[in-house]
Amino acid sequence: MAAILKVLAAGGLTALALLASPALAAEYTVTLQSMKFGPTPSGLHVGDVIVWQNNDFLRHTATARDGSFDIDLPPHTQAKLTLAKAGTIAFFCRFHPGMTGTLTVTQ
Amino acid sequence: MRKQLIAIALTVLASGGIARAADAPNDAQIAHIAYTAGLIDIAAAEQAIEKSKNPDIISFAQEMERDHKAVNDQALALVKKLGVKPEDNLTSQTLNKNAKAELAALEKLRGSAFDKAYIDNEVTYHKAVDAALSTTLIPSAHNAELKALLQQGLTLFTEHLKHAEMVAGEIK
Repeated sequence: MAAILKVLAAGGLTALALLASPALAAEYTVTLQSMKFGPTPSGLHVGDVIVWQNNDFLRHTATARDGSFDIDLPPHTQAKLTLAKAGTIAFFCRFHPGMTGTLTVTQ
Repeated sequence: MRKQLIAIALTVLASGGIARAADAPNDAQIAHIAYTAGLIDIAAAEQAIEKSKNPDIISFAQEMERDHKAVNDQALALVKKLGVKPEDNLTSQTLNKNAKAELAALEKLRGSAFDKAYIDNEVTYHKAVDAALSTTLIPSAHNAELKALLQQGLTLFTEHLKHAEMVAGEIK
């Protein structure tokens, strides 16, 4: 009986922990190809992860205009960015300034 | 004066001075011209990396070296795949001759005079290369893959031109 109570209590605690944690972080991919940033996802939240996938044979960067991130992307590589703050963040490639995009992130 | 020679050679090419319909460059010549134009900018970049003390100039030159090497590697892989042997031609020879003179002229400059001359020449050179690509080299290319690579090159070099103009604006 005591053992059953223990199991129930443990289960209850787990359920509480799940309820208390924020929504699970989502992962989205932004592809760089032919000297362009692909479409950026909508509905982004703080804590979500952007996977920057560089499919070009050229080195690029994904650099925030406000300085909040600067991701180096050698040819045919990917790198992850966890969104740390809410807001509208314009970004560009430091090497190829015509490559631009915007992330809109909410809490 | 000399620094304009390469631009003039490419402008002549762009305006059809060399590429009249009857003697438009063939794919083997186009590949050679594009590769040569890349090598010229790589040599200019290597000189700038060695001579300049300005971080913006050095960073721009490193970008030129990296991007043009990447494009030339793609071009080499493509001609190998297509079984095309790049063919030397008058345009490539003129480009090389003028680039040599330009490198020698820049070698004599120092400090900010060098930086200014290098970045101004990069603006002029990329304008000329972009014009040659869009008016002559891309329209004359027969092979679809070569044409596509040249088009990718044009997109890239248009970005280089923008970046060079930005740096030139800051160097003044």
